[in-house]
Amino acid sequence: GPQSQYYSISTREIFELKAELNSDKKEKKKEAVKKVIASMTVGKDVSALFPDVVNCMQTDNLELKKLVYLYLMNYAKSQPDMAIMAVNTFVKDCEDPNPLIRALAVRTMGCIRVDKITEYLCEPLRKCLKDEDPYVRKTAAVCVAKLHDINAQLVEDQGFLDTLKDLISDSNPMVVANAVAALSEIAESHPSSNLLDLNPQSINKLLTALNECTEWGQIFILDCLANYMPKDDREAQSICERVTPRLSHANSAVVLSAVKVLMKFMEMLSKDLDYYGTLLKKLAPPLVTLLSAEPELQYVALRNINLIVQKRPEILKHEMKVFFVKYNDPIYVKLEKLDIMIRLASQANIAQVLAELKEYATEVDVDFVRKAVRAIGRCAIKVEQSAERCVSTLLDLIQTKVNYVVQEAIVVIKDIFRKYPNKYESVIATLCENLDSLDEPEARAAMIWIVGEYAERIDNADELLESFLEGFHDESTQVQLQLLTAIVKLFLKKPTETQELVQQVLSLATQDSDNPDLRDRGYIYWRLLSTDPVAAKEVVLAEKPLISEETDLIEPTLLDELICYIGTLASVYHKPPSAFVEGSRGVVHKSLPPRTGMSPWVLVHEPLAYQEDLGPPVSGPPLAASSVQMGAVDLLGGGLDSLMGGSGFAAPGPAAPAAMGAPLGSGLGDLFDLTGGVGTLSGSYVAPKTVWLPAMKAKGLEISGTFSRQVGSISMDLVLTNKALQVMSDFAIQFNRNSFGLAPAAPLQVHAPLAPNQSVEISLPLNTVGSVMKMDPLNNLQVAVKNNIDVFYFSTLYPLHILFVEDGKMERQMFLATWKDIPNENEAQFQIKDCSLNAGDNVAEGSYKVLATQSSSK
Amino acid sequence: MEAVPCRSVRHHQRASPRLIGLCRPRVAPLELSLRKLAPWVAFLPCDGAVMIHSLFLINASGDIFLEKHWKSENHGKGAVSRSVCDYFFEAQERASEAENVPPVISTPHHYLLSVYRHKIFFVAVIQTEVPPLFVIEFLHRVVDTFQDYFGVCSEVMIKDNVVVVYEVLEEMLDNGFPLATESNILKELIKPPTILRTVVNTITGSTNVGDQLPTGQLSVVPWRRTGVKYTNNEAYFDVIEEIDAIIDKSGSTITAEIQGVIDACVKLTGMPDLTLSFMNPRLLDDVSFHPCVRFKRWESERILSFIPPDGNFRLLSYHVSAQNLVAIPVYVKHNINFRDSSSLGRFEITVGPKQTMGKTIEGVMVTSQMPKGVLNMSLTPSQGTHIFDPVTKLLTWDVGKINPQKLPSLKGSMNLQAGTSKPDENPTINLQFKIQQLAISGLKVNRLDMYGEKYKPFKGIKYMTKAGKFQVRT
Repeated sequence: GPQSQYYSISTREIFELKAELNSDKKEKKKEAVKKVIASMTVGKDVSALFPDVVNCMQTDNLELKKLVYLYLMNYAKSQPDMAIMAVNTFVKDCEDPNPLIRALAVRTMGCIRVDKITEYLCEPLRKCLKDEDPYVRKTAAVCVAKLHDINAQLVEDQGFLDTLKDLISDSNPMVVANAVAALSEIAESHPSSNLLDLNPQSINKLLTALNECTEWGQIFILDCLANYMPKDDREAQSICERVTPRLSHANSAVVLSAVKVLMKFMEMLSKDLDYYGTLLKKLAPPLVTLLSAEPELQYVALRNINLIVQKRPEILKHEMKVFFVKYNDPIYVKLEKLDIMIRLASQANIAQVLAELKEYATEVDVDFVRKAVRAIGRCAIKVEQSAERCVSTLLDLIQTKVNYVVQEAIVVIKDIFRKYPNKYESVIATLCENLDSLDEPEARAAMIWIVGEYAERIDNADELLESFLEGFHDESTQVQLQLLTAIVKLFLKKPTETQELVQQVLSLATQDSDNPDLRDRGYIYWRLLSTDPVAAKEVVLAEKPLISEETDLIEPTLLDELICYIGTLASVYHKPPSAFVEGSRGVVHKSLPPRTGMSPWVLVHEPLAYQEDLGPPVSGPPLAASSVQMGAVDLLGGGLDSLMGGSGFAAPGPAAPAAMGAPLGSGLGDLFDLTGGVGTLSGSYVAPKTVWLPAMKAKGLEISGTFSRQVGSISMDLVLTNKALQVMSDFAIQFNRNSFGLAPAAPLQVHAPLAPNQSVEISLPLNTVGSVMKMDPLNNLQVAVKNNIDVFYFSTLYPLHILFVEDGKMERQMFLATWKDIPNENEAQFQIKDCSLNAGDNVAEGSYKVLATQSSSK
Repeated sequence: MEAVPCRSVRHHQRASPRLIGLCRPRVAPLELSLRKLAPWVAFLPCDGAVMIHSLFLINASGDIFLEKHWKSENHGKGAVSRSVCDYFFEAQERASEAENVPPVISTPHHYLLSVYRHKIFFVAVIQTEVPPLFVIEFLHRVVDTFQDYFGVCSEVMIKDNVVVVYEVLEEMLDNGFPLATESNILKELIKPPTILRTVVNTITGSTNVGDQLPTGQLSVVPWRRTGVKYTNNEAYFDVIEEIDAIIDKSGSTITAEIQGVIDACVKLTGMPDLTLSFMNPRLLDDVSFHPCVRFKRWESERILSFIPPDGNFRLLSYHVSAQNLVAIPVYVKHNINFRDSSSLGRFEITVGPKQTMGKTIEGVMVTSQMPKGVLNMSLTPSQGTHIFDPVTKLLTWDVGKINPQKLPSLKGSMNLQAGTSKPDENPTINLQFKIQQLAISGLKVNRLDMYGEKYKPFKGIKYMTKAGKFQVRT
């Protein structure tokens, strides 16, 4: 076919090239190799010429040699036996008087992934790593990384890693930079190895090299510095001072890597420090400058700025205008700028922001216009003083009658109603005029919600809702659910005229629908209405919680992690690297250093900013969530009880614990039984103590221990044994962030100094209010213990049962509240297929569904 | 001597465009159905050493016309296949314009990072967590290098010089580590093709590749080679400022900022050490320097002190955003009216000078993207020429110089699509202009001094102000 024709080369051509490659004339040979390379670059297969090309390798002509090397790198793997022919020349070239040739040879050999060649590479590489010429050394440093990728064991056996570490102290900054790059890369595939053993001395060397090496080397060094944990705030500040000049570099990658280091180390500086303020001021201009770079660079910069404004809004709070959108910005830049504008919106600048947003809403690009309209709604919710203005802006936009603008506007107005109830209903008339033009489910659902919510003030609410009912089965679930709830609300508000309507919708939802969500909700309403209309009114028309201000802030622990990954792909996607690096091998969780005063051993945890700010999302359809949620809260009492009892459904589960009276309990009981099986619920089991830290590794301090749980409190039971010859004192303990926020609830109390050969038993109370970071395995705990001699680290696994409450019982309200508190990011969804449900399962499903409003509202 | 080296290469290439043009038919990715379920970020293997695996050059019609792989094999998996570009093509098709193709695309096993310049997409394939700016900066550097080597960076030029391109790319990156990215240094390693050299090479049999270690590569001034000699020693500095501004309907400024650069062309013998000082260095509080500039000296004395690279380079770029410092040199009066009832609209714009410090505004060009509903425009300019493209709806008016005594205007009517409501969006007017001998921020060079060499160089400073993204909303 045409494909193979494209990729192959005619036999005649091959024949001609063969002849030219074997020509006596140097020039002809070279031209022939060029032709071969040219074919290779466009993807043609010229591997058949391998022996002929390799024959040209022994030459004094550097250009020809380079061309042959290029060819070899491409085809050696497919012709390993032939490639061996080249080995001798490589080895010889590694001894060439010309450093350029030595470097070229060692560089090329490293690119040939053929085992036999790799063996021959070791000796030349060893020499090149110690070459007198720095150009050769820096090339050789990279070659170690290449070789490590091919054969890690070989590199370790040959001691190349140590040589590489030595190169960090090389006199030439380029060699240092390349050694750092190579080591970082190797370390990435061996997160546990302590390859880049950073200490104040090596940091100093890196900082010196930073000033003198190339821009690319600076990036490697800065990224390496970012992984260092300064011992105190003074060291952090001194590193920051030496890194700040990089903010003025023309290369945006250097700038962003420098920003990463500063953002991370800033965490350790006290906010009262003058230098802290200086640093904040220094960060703004380079970030602004990134926005005048090429659009692709702008995009990456904007994604990172989005994180930075969330972490430290003060840096860019006066720079709103640079995020204003130019009409010929690429769409990907426009959308990002818009997002940041909202994040920076405040009472001080809201007028300007709104004027801009209104302008954007008349642009051509539909996606952008939609987002701009939505942004106006977000402003209204974020800046209370602007709400009125936002609403009137939205009304103006609705008057344009541009279909998608109208629909977006209605969706956000619904959110505004949720935030400011009973304040703007005067606009409902205008909204209703556009009822017919709404064809998107989200907009239809929003409109229906509004009509239901304010049914008593809309004369023809019944007509409006009835008009939707005609095509009920063609509507999306979102609209169906909303319509059901809205009509029930209407009925409760105006029972006399709407009885028929409500019956119609209940029967549509329960009898004619296959959708379990819809059916369940229908049954619940039905039952509720028929048993106790007063209760129904209390439930359905209950006051709704207001939606929260900030809509889509990144969850704080994730944000902190992402700050450590500024400038990487993770920062572009706003996902931790563990979300897209295959396997867990390469993933080391990074965390911001704890803020310190004078000593690094401050055991008090300062809460990070924003920790409290998370609320339910506004951008989703909170209306659906809200009504279901209410339903859940109240219906589970009497309503569901009688519904279930009345239908004669049996509660599932092996044994519904007597403690749980509510019918809901049976479902929940199962949940807890499940977890109960993992550990013991009794709280009495305590594993025997095991040695966590052998004395050998801790200069004579041996620590063994176990975990226990008694009457609701967790403790870590430790035995500290002094196997050294000197007295130990000044003990302190700290935990790294972990999956469940385990942290010491009190300082480590060792009352008297620990004499040699003495042991002390301590029970350290723990709580779960520490910082959370997912660990792998989940129950992994990293601990640092300090004494007068040194700091020691160890990690241990704790049994999960210590986290569980003894009786497994939880108040319904509390369960729901707890459930709601789980951030949406932590949610996973899956569908159970091919599961035949009998009546009993059905009830269980129903109750799970109701409980699981968080997932259904997403 | 029937086979003249370069001719024979040319000869070969004359045949190749046909082959190159014949791009592999686009095959829908096999993983299509899988991909729908896959998370939206690719899973990257955490081993693997290379930063940039492969580079593909793709033209606007979606043909791959060059590929370079820095790592041909990965644990036997083979080189990155062209089919990875299918994901790029998909994004290309989805984007309304080439400029809108997202620069970071994730595929099941790779990330594609791209830049779009000179109507060519430079697409890098990466497989490990690499700083994306690193890759994008590098790609821009590749484009700059091509431009520097071949005068223009175009598909034809690249195809004509495919071997040099290949050699240069190999020199720029080793295993994902940038090696030599300064044009200065690269040109010592691989000589750019010139007609003269072709002739010389033919006669002497010498080559394109230098066999001396580039002297700049490892010196403390890696940006400058040693042994530079000129008979005429000259140093020219161009202070160029671009104004980015958004002006609202009523003519008031919403945002205005200046992106300034100082570009230099320095041809000085030996190792000259230069200092450049300004009358008003305070303007420069947001600056990015060429690595040659001594940062400490700038911090303490506000003097630029540096050993310059040889030839053309950008000494610094700066940013002035304080609104009161940004003068707006032109204004646009407009009256664009789509009438609801009739199918005729009115269009009238006038351009005039505002704060120009007495200098002439020239090279004025007005462009505006008219709404879809505009079928045609019949306009009369008081000067210059204008075109309205009824297909793209782009109105272009080449105004030329502005004479303050007789302001240029463009007036007439618009034919609107009958029966439809008036267009939703208002056209934005885009302005280009130039003002010679003026840096609009007021930045002025005080003096330039040379140390370290004995000769007396010729020194020149030029100022210019241009419109960057200068937009007037209507």
